[in-house]
Amino acid sequence: MTDLPTAPATPAEAAVPRRRPGVRVRVSGTDRVLLFLMVAIPLVMVVLWVWLPAIASVALSFARWTGVGGLDTIEWIGTENYKNVFTNYPPFAPALRHNVIWLVFLFVLPTLFGILLAVLLDRELRGTRFYQTAMFLPVVLSLALIGFIWQLMYSRDQGLLNAVLGTQIDWYGDSNVNLWAVLVAASWKHAGYIMLLYLAGLKGVDPTLREAAAVDGASQVRTFFSVVLPVMRPINIIVIVVTVIESLRAFDIVWVINKGTNGLELISTLVTSNVVGEASRIGFGSALATIMLVISLVFITIFLSTVMREGRR
Amino acid sequence: MSSATVTSSPATPATAVQPRRRPLTAGRVVLYVFVTLTALAWLFPVVWALFNSFRDYDYTSANGYVSFGGFTFQNYTDAWQQGEFTRHFLNSLIITVPAVLLTLFLASCVAFVVARYSFRFNLVLLGLFTAANLLPQQTLLIPLYRAYREIPLPLWMSDSGQLLDSYWGLILVNVAFQTGFCTFVLSNYMKALPHEMFEAARVDGAGVPTQFFRITLPLCRPALAALATVQVTWIYNEFFWATVLMQSGDKFPITSSLSNLRGQFFTDYNLLSAGSVIIAIPVLVIFFLLQKQFVAGLTLGSTKG
Repeated sequence: MTDLPTAPATPAEAAVPRRRPGVRVRVSGTDRVLLFLMVAIPLVMVVLWVWLPAIASVALSFARWTGVGGLDTIEWIGTENYKNVFTNYPPFAPALRHNVIWLVFLFVLPTLFGILLAVLLDRELRGTRFYQTAMFLPVVLSLALIGFIWQLMYSRDQGLLNAVLGTQIDWYGDSNVNLWAVLVAASWKHAGYIMLLYLAGLKGVDPTLREAAAVDGASQVRTFFSVVLPVMRPINIIVIVVTVIESLRAFDIVWVINKGTNGLELISTLVTSNVVGEASRIGFGSALATIMLVISLVFITIFLSTVMREGRR
Repeated sequence: MSSATVTSSPATPATAVQPRRRPLTAGRVVLYVFVTLTALAWLFPVVWALFNSFRDYDYTSANGYVSFGGFTFQNYTDAWQQGEFTRHFLNSLIITVPAVLLTLFLASCVAFVVARYSFRFNLVLLGLFTAANLLPQQTLLIPLYRAYREIPLPLWMSDSGQLLDSYWGLILVNVAFQTGFCTFVLSNYMKALPHEMFEAARVDGAGVPTQFFRITLPLCRPALAALATVQVTWIYNEFFWATVLMQSGDKFPITSSLSNLRGQFFTDYNLLSAGSVIIAIPVLVIFFLLQKQFVAGLTLGSTKG
């Protein structure tokens, strides 16, 4: 998961000059150089390590290249890689389907469950610390480790699940069930994460809003849907974007289990296999990466523009 | 809803809420039962791993896993040796500590300029940093991997002689990715600092270094502590870059050495449990000791606090 900025506060403020008009702050020459470097060095880093490779991925997606020779061995072949991805690459359709299933599953079960728990735990329960701690525990574990921990449940011979159910299912290996088994394990973490974000948001809701609704005779359910939910708009958007990006980025847990094969194909694992595997197909892998890039940029743009609009209010 | 409530600020922290004792109705009982069962179910996988990590393999293969007994500490010593945990923990340390420090420093620099000196590109700048943090890593993999193979490093920096398969390469890619999140959080935090302080300092002739090191950074200590906690956890947990950018097995940090352990622990699930528990210990320590900072770091951005 997990390294998503959950962050709308107020970037838009930056655009609004804070100083009173007329009062000009004089910045000395040395300070000017320092300020420039303070922005330039991190900026160069982020451009070199993130944005330039992203652009290069797009460019390479129109090329055929083994990656062995120099740049002059690149052969430009137009959209052929994309044609191949869609028509001539059997794992692509399942991978896309699995990513969509991942998204829908995460959204319908752990996301909504996390929100429900946040709402329940926000109701002045005794021992709320214990409940929060329990839900929150998986959030600090890596998804790779979570794959391992759940193996103790899912193993065919030694797993708890088969022992309890009396079945002989290889939960991680059987391509009919392994995606669902993995999704349950991933949900274990995701629900806690969403609960945490939502609880923080709920704590920021003005209590007088709810009191007023209660005085007006609204039920608690009604209050939530017509008063709290609209006020929580920024958090709702964050939660949706977090879920989308998480589903697109899903990789670690599947890679530790079987490197994304046999029922666990994802776009992220296809990209990786095409590069680090034996047959390094740079152009083809880049076409897959570009498809990911375009999908994620759509959501990142929605996210940033919403966040900045919220901040401007 | 009355109009008066609508105009009140939605961002007020809920400090005014007084815990009230409610009568224990049937609905409340159901609620308590539900959240208690959920909490126990959530703890179960960890408890199960912990329980079996202390059990003898011969005992569990004879009696099955749904049994009680055969307790031993042997799995831990075995797992530690077979998994070469000393080396992999050291690798995680070598990567995580510089990466977190560098990330926080660079993010503070950008955030300081964005928050204190408004200039035209502030929004674009924040967008560039934040979006970078949200991109799926795989979209950058191919060019970055290829470039890492081309960039030579002197042998005293990397025994592979290139950026690929070196600690430097891994530290830098983590920094580049995480700076965005920290910049975003810190710039919001710095904007909320009392402005008069900086004006007074400027009037006294304090230059940028004084304003940054002597005034801003000390005031940001809570935010930096929270971010450091989150970043240590994330970079320790980082799996993808380490898996693809490291080549020799003895350089893998602990999280991405998991796939190597898999083969060695394949038949012995008690050993696997012990290994998992060992790997989880650093983040669990953070979880129990620094929970407040961790939660703050995760949610600092999402609420104006």
